[in-house]
Amino acid sequence: MSAQTIVSLPDQSTAKMPKRHYINNEHGLLSWLLTGDHKRIAILYLISITFFFFIGGAFAGLIRLELLTPQSDLVAADTYNKFFTMHGIIMIFLFLVPSVPATLGNFLIPIMLGAKDLAFPKINLLSWYLYLAGGIFTLTALVLGGVDTGWTFTTPLSTHYLNTHVITTALGIFVAGFSSIFTGLNFIVTIHRMRCPGMTWFKMPLFVWSHYAASLLMVLGTPVLAIALVLVLLERLFGIGVFDPTKGGDPLLFQHLFWFYSHPAVYIMILPGMGVISEVIATFSRKRVFGYSAVAFSSVAIALFGFFVWEHHMFIMGVSNYSALVFSLLTMLVAVPSAIKVFNWSFTLQKGSITFETPMLYAFAFIGLFTIGGLTGVFLGALGMDIHLTETYFIVAHFHYVMVGGMLMAFLAGIHFWWPKMTGRMYPESLSKLSAVTSFIGFNLTFMPQFILGYLGMPRRYAAYPPEFQVLNVLSTAGATVLGVGFLLPLLYLGWSLKYGAIAGNNPWQATGLEWQIQSPPPTENFLETPIMDHEAYDYEWLANKTKHEVTTVG
Amino acid sequence: MGHEEHEHVVLPQHRHHFETEEQQREAGSFGMWLFLLTEIMFFGGMFFSYLLYRNWYYPAFATASNTLNIWEGAINTAVLITSGFCMALGVYAAEVRKKGMLVTTLILTTVFGLIFLGIKYDEYHEKYELHHIPGNSFSVAQFVNPHAYGIQEEPLAPDMAQRTQIFFFLYFAMTGMHALHMIIGIALLLWLIKRAQRGDFTNGYVAPIENFGLYWHFVDIVWLFLFPLLYLINRHPLH
Repeated sequence: MSAQTIVSLPDQSTAKMPKRHYINNEHGLLSWLLTGDHKRIAILYLISITFFFFIGGAFAGLIRLELLTPQSDLVAADTYNKFFTMHGIIMIFLFLVPSVPATLGNFLIPIMLGAKDLAFPKINLLSWYLYLAGGIFTLTALVLGGVDTGWTFTTPLSTHYLNTHVITTALGIFVAGFSSIFTGLNFIVTIHRMRCPGMTWFKMPLFVWSHYAASLLMVLGTPVLAIALVLVLLERLFGIGVFDPTKGGDPLLFQHLFWFYSHPAVYIMILPGMGVISEVIATFSRKRVFGYSAVAFSSVAIALFGFFVWEHHMFIMGVSNYSALVFSLLTMLVAVPSAIKVFNWSFTLQKGSITFETPMLYAFAFIGLFTIGGLTGVFLGALGMDIHLTETYFIVAHFHYVMVGGMLMAFLAGIHFWWPKMTGRMYPESLSKLSAVTSFIGFNLTFMPQFILGYLGMPRRYAAYPPEFQVLNVLSTAGATVLGVGFLLPLLYLGWSLKYGAIAGNNPWQATGLEWQIQSPPPTENFLETPIMDHEAYDYEWLANKTKHEVTTVG
Repeated sequence: MGHEEHEHVVLPQHRHHFETEEQQREAGSFGMWLFLLTEIMFFGGMFFSYLLYRNWYYPAFATASNTLNIWEGAINTAVLITSGFCMALGVYAAEVRKKGMLVTTLILTTVFGLIFLGIKYDEYHEKYELHHIPGNSFSVAQFVNPHAYGIQEEPLAPDMAQRTQIFFFLYFAMTGMHALHMIIGIALLLWLIKRAQRGDFTNGYVAPIENFGLYWHFVDIVWLFLFPLLYLINRHPLH
């Protein structure tokens, strides 16, 4: 206790903005572009990721607009193919994969561990530049005329038959992949080697645990995607038949390599989100997360199981019945650790003193939507159901429930939760609650009809559809409009709050994490003296005693 | 670092965010091991493809691998192991703070690395002359009708002969990726030599040399898998 020089100010009205913090410590554009500070790099990521999110979102809008009518009348079918390809590629590789780790993870992991920075600040900056380079490659392909392989780059379609900008795009993803590898590597080393005294593995916040598990996936999975893309590029350049069956190659090989990364990638996306939810739920129900170690281990279990389920993407592609059965079973196993998390969050909420702040609203949205997404995943893991539903809108709805309903809600929960820490200012309360509710309603209106559409047999990736599907498609497009408003609102009021928001103070939520015990925004070196972790994670009694102690000593 | 006064000497390489030099060294080494793990996964995809197709198009792979130049491959293996040995001596030199020895061993490592790449170039050139580089100019004539080329091999059926292209593609992809790692390694070596001459690594700060050593040994080890897989399996003396 004595080592801390940090003073928490429970009364927000007296809070003042600290004079020196990481934002104003240095000035000029160059000080940002050459920074080694993990917090500044997080902000760089936040800006660029938000940019790509809205580009990807614009394509989603165009897709829904085209599907308003049964005919392919807004754009021709090949243009539509480019729309959904760019939507998928940008959203997955440039938004969902880096979103929480690169922004919140980057910002918070060193602080949560009581470290001054990540282990390799220069590599951290390099990974932002790689991300940016990957994004620019992808946008270049877009400007040159787009790519229409679908985000999965399926061979031999991508290598031999489509005459669009596959090479530029795949290069972009390849480069962005290295950004992800380096981020994961940096996190793992930091978590192993940079913890402050007293910060044992089981005192770490669950946010850190979930990032640890996701980092393992990034480090082990992404290189396999990289080599799959290299082989696609070489095959396209030299016309060799590694994947082309007419030349003796095997398109299934590409599928194996691609999904060996891309299924775990789902957990790269969702695990950090789960970490955010654990923090938010604990804080706003003022309780230690029920079954802390079960939640921690379930992250690692999801990461491990995640590597053994890839073939469920290939059930209808001519794999053997026996392997399909085995992978069907393994796929269902991965639901177990996910369910452990949901149950533990529910038990945490039970008898907690719950308050419905904006992050908590997003967290509730996450739990509901992720549960629907997860349960429909079990449907799809079941071999017989999968054969009926695969490549229909049921799949689209399922992964949007997990990715958007889960991950994006968690991202927004996290951004709102740590916004006061990152910027030192609060956002307008009622407007932010409105946007949370709007996006929840808009989301369900968009994707619930798609479950029905898929069940009725509407295939994905077509610009036109039979007229009897129109009512549900109109509903979905209407929902997408509401959802768009729900996503634009935070952009506006969070931007507004940067200048006009109320001063947040150190610990506006009265949370227990180390990040809340330092000033907001934090100083460049995070801690003036090395902190000592002398309490369990989510120990609210410790916080109450500490606050009492400080009030008496300060007063 | 036993002496009290030593502990207060902060080396210029010490980064501000580490509590101790020990922590910095451990973090760097751990990071390097993790990076090598990603490299294993990276090469793993190609090894997986190679084994799959080898099993599938066995005659094509056996015949095509017989055309590789086993002597150049074997000499290269020896060259690479020698360069790895020099690197290991270099790490030792840095640890016992012998600047001259460090610079010499690093230069030797570089020279053997360059010899490896030179021999590799000669092998690639040979493939070029035989039209064994995958792509439009790829020719299977030598496999369909070996006797016309004076080669005592069983001829392959035309469709199986086409599969040799997949062998050569994987050969170039794997050895090419390996060579790319060598080129990056040599570029790093040149930079390390320059810094070693300044005495950067013989003052107790050996982490970059150690970590580069790990990288260089990894490149060696990948070759020690590539050589038997590509050159040696099913090698038989030409009749």
